[in-house]
Amino acid sequence: MSVLHNVCKVAALAGCLILGQAAAHAASAEKGKTLFMTYGCFQCHGTVGQGGNAGPRLAPNPLPYEALANFVRTTNRQMPPYREAVLPNEDLADIYAYLQSVPPTPDYKTIPLLNN
Amino acid sequence: MSKKRPQSEVSRRKFLAGAAVTGAATSASVAKAGTPPIGAAKIPTVLRPTAQQIALEANVDVEVKPEHGRPGSDFMVDVIKSLDIDYCYANPASSYRGIHESLINYGKNTKPEFITCMHEESSVAMAHGYFKVTGKPQMVLCHGTVGLMHATMAIYNAWADRVPVIVVGGNDLDAARRAPGVPTYHSGQDINAMVRDITKWDDNPVSLQHFAQSFVRAYKMSMTPPYEPVMIALDGGLQEEPMNEHSGNLYIPKYIKSAPPHADTAALRDAAKLLVNAENPVIVVDRMARSQNGVNLLVQLAELVQVPVVDQSNRMNFPNTHHLNQSEQAQALIRNADLIVGLEVSDFWNTVNLFIDNGLDNGFGARQSRVKPGTKLVTISSAELNQKSNYQDFQRFQSVDISMVGDAEASLPYFIDAVKSASSGDRKAAYEKRGEAMKKAWTQSHERSRQTAAVGWNAAPISVPRLTAEVWAQIKDMDYSLVSSRGGIGAWPNRLFKMERHHHWLGGSGGGGVGYGLPASVGAAHANNKLGRFSVSFQGDGDMMFAPGAMWTAARHKIPYLSVLHNNKGYHQEVMHVQRMSNRRNRVANLGTVIKDMGPVGTRIENPDVNYAKLAESMGWWATPPISDPAELGPALKRAVEVVKSGQPALVDVVSQPR
Repeated sequence: MSVLHNVCKVAALAGCLILGQAAAHAASAEKGKTLFMTYGCFQCHGTVGQGGNAGPRLAPNPLPYEALANFVRTTNRQMPPYREAVLPNEDLADIYAYLQSVPPTPDYKTIPLLNN
Repeated sequence: MSKKRPQSEVSRRKFLAGAAVTGAATSASVAKAGTPPIGAAKIPTVLRPTAQQIALEANVDVEVKPEHGRPGSDFMVDVIKSLDIDYCYANPASSYRGIHESLINYGKNTKPEFITCMHEESSVAMAHGYFKVTGKPQMVLCHGTVGLMHATMAIYNAWADRVPVIVVGGNDLDAARRAPGVPTYHSGQDINAMVRDITKWDDNPVSLQHFAQSFVRAYKMSMTPPYEPVMIALDGGLQEEPMNEHSGNLYIPKYIKSAPPHADTAALRDAAKLLVNAENPVIVVDRMARSQNGVNLLVQLAELVQVPVVDQSNRMNFPNTHHLNQSEQAQALIRNADLIVGLEVSDFWNTVNLFIDNGLDNGFGARQSRVKPGTKLVTISSAELNQKSNYQDFQRFQSVDISMVGDAEASLPYFIDAVKSASSGDRKAAYEKRGEAMKKAWTQSHERSRQTAAVGWNAAPISVPRLTAEVWAQIKDMDYSLVSSRGGIGAWPNRLFKMERHHHWLGGSGGGGVGYGLPASVGAAHANNKLGRFSVSFQGDGDMMFAPGAMWTAARHKIPYLSVLHNNKGYHQEVMHVQRMSNRRNRVANLGTVIKDMGPVGTRIENPDVNYAKLAESMGWWATPPISDPAELGPALKRAVEVVKSGQPALVDVVSQPR
């Protein structure tokens, strides 16, 4: 069995566990917005999850919760992993609720300054 | 060496003749050394040339008869004037009082004009910015020890950015003559030692003739690619001692610019064969274009075989409106390339490899190749001509298939010829097909950037793309120059501004030393103002606070430009470093116990917030209070533009997203 296969299995299991715990928690977008700032997510991803030079766009239309949570917990890329000791499951669920609450983006063609 | 009799006066007839000689000599020099950076020839010269200048341009050394009682520093001014240096950026100091007095009285404070600076780091950064516009190195005078210590960070920036600056440090060398106390604290036996690793050449002249030789040599060496700063130690005694019979017959050596080194033509032919036959070639450029001529040559090369160009943007190398500018597709192009040609790329290893600072590999990060096996790598770079090893700006070592040592801009005409010779008609259809694909990719990238900019468009704090687009709306109809951009603005100006000319974007600091943005902007604006260009800068808040006195220099010397403060209230790069360490160690980053900041302790500029408007106004600037509402930004920028057009520097404080 390949190492990659094992990693996928562990990540999927972690996602299920997080999802299960998050489901039991009534996620709050309002609380999530505050947490998005205090945990410093906005530093790279912007205050409405729009992304920036240091981090990709998270909202609107965030990734499915399982995928996002798996990445946050296990990433070995440029972003450091946020394990549960640093970012509890309930807080992550609130942050996700906030990202889901971000309204859709207008078509850039409707913004005159982006058509100069 | 030919010598002629000195000319003590210039009649109208001689003046006109001298002017004609000047023109011919300039053309000859240009023909030898390549086209100067854009604007270099446009700076108005309202002063009559001195006798020294006329003689020098007539290709002879100038004799100067020592006059009893005249100080040695007067002769030094004659030497400096022979090199057509516009400005001397300096903070006053006792160790160069002799030449200071000669510059402003004997030299009548012109060519060079003394520009009062409030920090030696600012002096060097101003000269750095000025050069990037004009292609003309400027002089910095500083106190030889403490002043030079202040200047070192900016000298390193200039070193890493391949920018010439003529640094002159006063020093009282003679222990038997210098005053005790502070003047002795401020003297050294070898002041150049502290900057030797970050200058191309230095000297410590002990006679006036020695000074003349060394100053002209220093200027010449700094202006031969790779351009770099140089350092001259200037003894206080030598400045103040009168010229007398012991000075001998003095002369000023003529400066003739060296032709820049170009790559070996046989190696260029081999590289050309690879380029014309590659299926997926890509050209990567960083500090390639030293002038508009470099931009034009690169366009010519790219169009010959419709090869995409990735501009890493330490200069404006390639127009972003051209369909072959594929900088936004850099990763995909490099991943799929069968040939990568790097032109003056400062970090080629990191171009073809990926480093991830993620704590793997025992905390040292992970390395992955970005390229396919078998991809051919070709480089042209003058960096190998720098024989310095202490500071690591040469980056990780990367083996390549064809490595050419030489200045890339000077090499391009030969490379273009080699590509033309190597091309055959049967590849024409393939080039056209690639060109069409690049046009489609460019359009998609253009639209994607704008759609990305629309996300968070009305957010407060103001998003970086919104900030960039609002500024562009105000300057798009002017001949503008983006003189500095720091503080997390990233590539947004390169996406949303139209950048087609070399002066549209001057690139970054070089060494990454914080504190470059403000003074370099002042220096660049100083040059642009004389050329009738509008200067704009995205100014980081942390960068501004290193030496805000540079604002006073701009107001004092009537240097107008628009400074748009990217006020994100923090040192954001460092935020993530601390966050990364905290996460790696399973700790929650400490935001402070009594005062809660919006980032880890030690990384924020808040509580209290800096009142930048008051700071700027106190030094003669027009300024706005902090703007958080995106709807207020456009009108504020419009007012600021009018202020700048009236001749006053203006600061617009924008409370913005971190990055």
